Amino acid sequence: MRALRGVDFDLAAGEVHALLGENGAGKSTLIKVVTGAHAPDAGEITVAGRMVHGLTPTLAQQLGIACIYQQPALFPDLTVAENIGLRLEHGGTARRIDWPARRARTADLLARVGARIDPEAEVSELSMPEQQLVEIACAVGAGARIVIMDEPTASLTQREQGRLFTVVRELRAAGVGVVYISHRLEEIFALADRVTVLRDGASVGTHPVAAMKEADLIKLMVGREVAQLYPPAEAPPGDVVLDLKALGCTASGVRDVTLELRTGEIFGLAGLVGAGRTELARVLFGLTPADRGEIRLNGRRVVIPSPRQAIELGIAYVPEDRRRHGVILEMPIAQNMTMAVHRTIFPRGWLRDDAEEALALDFVRTLAVKCAGPDAPGGTLSGGNQQKVSLARWLATKPRVLILDEPTQGVDVGAKSEIHKIIRRLAKDGLAVLMISSDLPEVLGMSDRIGVMRGGALATVLPGGSDAHTVMAAALGQETNKGAA
Amino acid sequence: MKRHFRELSVTATLLLVLLGMAVFAPAFFQPQPLLSLVTREAPTLIVACGMALVIICRQIDISVGSQFSVCGIGAGLLAARGWPLPLVIGAAVGLGAVLGAINGWLVAGLRLPSIVVTLATMVTLRQGLNLGQQGAFVNLPDRVQWFGLSQSAGQWVLVLCSLAVLAALGLALRHWPAGRQVYAVGSNAEAARLAGIRPQWVTFLVFVLLGALTGLAAIMNVVQSPQVQPLAGAGLELKVIAAVVVGGVAIAGGRGNLWGAFAGLLLLACVSPALTHLHIEAYWEKAIQGAIILLAVVADGVRQRRSEP
Repeated sequence: MRALRGVDFDLAAGEVHALLGENGAGKSTLIKVVTGAHAPDAGEITVAGRMVHGLTPTLAQQLGIACIYQQPALFPDLTVAENIGLRLEHGGTARRIDWPARRARTADLLARVGARIDPEAEVSELSMPEQQLVEIACAVGAGARIVIMDEPTASLTQREQGRLFTVVRELRAAGVGVVYISHRLEEIFALADRVTVLRDGASVGTHPVAAMKEADLIKLMVGREVAQLYPPAEAPPGDVVLDLKALGCTASGVRDVTLELRTGEIFGLAGLVGAGRTELARVLFGLTPADRGEIRLNGRRVVIPSPRQAIELGIAYVPEDRRRHGVILEMPIAQNMTMAVHRTIFPRGWLRDDAEEALALDFVRTLAVKCAGPDAPGGTLSGGNQQKVSLARWLATKPRVLILDEPTQGVDVGAKSEIHKIIRRLAKDGLAVLMISSDLPEVLGMSDRIGVMRGGALATVLPGGSDAHTVMAAALGQETNKGAA
Repeated sequence: MKRHFRELSVTATLLLVLLGMAVFAPAFFQPQPLLSLVTREAPTLIVACGMALVIICRQIDISVGSQFSVCGIGAGLLAARGWPLPLVIGAAVGLGAVLGAINGWLVAGLRLPSIVVTLATMVTLRQGLNLGQQGAFVNLPDRVQWFGLSQSAGQWVLVLCSLAVLAALGLALRHWPAGRQVYAVGSNAEAARLAGIRPQWVTFLVFVLLGALTGLAAIMNVVQSPQVQPLAGAGLELKVIAAVVVGGVAIAGGRGNLWGAFAGLLLLACVSPALTHLHIEAYWEKAIQGAIILLAVVADGVRQRRSEP
């Protein structure tokens, strides 16, 4: 798949240039190209007037490109001075370390970014914003002329955010070019000089921030034709199966979700990464049980303390990361499919190979799984077919509520539309489907209703057939909640 | 065929060795010495079955040797006090289960790494035993040896008993949901949890089962001689882990079966008598066993690398 196709992007010294785009628009890939982690297969990169070939992470560092990720990449068990020393001091592994110099340099760098941090403190004792400041100090120490910040405020409180803004402005004043990536539009308006919007791996325009309004930016982000055809709903939804009232989970940050899910309905759940969609699914599946609000299933109030309980209640969850959480790669697909239903399909507690194979063959046929046979290990299948195996495992439990987390992520186009048809068919057969997806056209095309989550809460519920602009505006919203790390 | 390649290749090697013995040292197949050899290995087989489960579950227990000694001495002391044999057997199995439960609780309950936990319990149990017993043997009443039967009848009882345990566990592992859960947890504990399996509980139970089987094995060893030695189980863990690994159980969990462990154990057990019969110096025994283990591990490594995308 092509993640980037023809991006023009320029950064001037002493400017803050915001990079904007929905999930999967290509922002991360662009960063990886610029920091040398991925090699581009077309186009050119010019740094300070010099064309750069064969960029590697080391070369990028020498050129003065530094990147500060959302999750700081520091060594937690080493001190701040040791971390900075590891990044900035060059020389052989056998040289003697000049501890006083290292400490002095660290103290100096920390002072320059306005951080009050003890150089001798272990990084694991620092808060997230302090760690970010250490990263920025590293960048300053390396003499970075280009600093890329990937959603730096995602886990900061309002005050910490203010301090970070001060540091960014100081960098700008010192002539550093800052690429600032954020979903929060108001930050972009507060901080950035120019903004570039990415969509489907291509740049759709660079504009001075002063000339833009929020609505313009949203329009640029989503302005796309729905290129694919989605199977339509054939009948109106039936009775309410799942009824959530003010559901919350302190541990995972889900709060105040009120929602009714009906049989035969596909309820799409949109939102930005980290908006709490997977977290909500995990609450419903008993992985992080709810501690507030109530869940009713077919009108009966239930508590879901564990996945086991969820399965018994008829809730199925097809997780996002199928290689880590879904298909067991070493296991034959037949065994993968029966894993959650041992007690029901083998009532006498004896696994029969023929019964298992029959069930597997049935799913292989109905879901059109391409495989060498029910004996083939799950790891030998392609992504789309693994997803079908993962789905089969959950359909075998004969659920009433099916939660799909990014059902077509990393799946090729053909398999994707097959999976869409399967999902629609399942809904038609009476399942209530809760579909989490970051693929906006998919959410818009498949859903009978669309819930948009933001900051752990269900921000709004839109009717099916809503346009991308409305959904994106709701997902970006006016941020009011900060500080929930 | 392809899926059971490892088990089949170990079995084929074993058959080759036996064939070689039939040609070059037919004396190896004299019934009485052969029965004695198999009887000596019977307790080891029982422990190997339990160890295979623990390793399939992506854990390890290196304290089995110490557990074996503690259970053996405990059983011997009870027998010497005049406890009836069935109660002694029950007590040994129960004591083993308790020791296994301690390991299991530390590993599954507190989520500590099993290699460190069982290293600690191995040393603790062994030193505790030394302290309590001061190296003294326990003399057993006559009715205990060979369960009070004739020697050859007793030997047959032990061999059949170990084979019965092997068959029962082998079938359970393949056809019981619980067995399948062991594989699932060993392959991918998080995916197993999402499928409604309780990984910590499964982990705890395989340790308890291994402990109970070790207790049983200890009794099966005790009845073979008129005394119990406190050092009876020293080095057992290495022997058992080697057999399991040679038999194709993946040390990273999720793969292997008891048939392979059985074949691996027999293959390693054949080395010593084969050397005797072929008039080769006994010093070679450990070297050859080591080479077999190395070969098995290398074969696994190469296969793993090839199957990776």
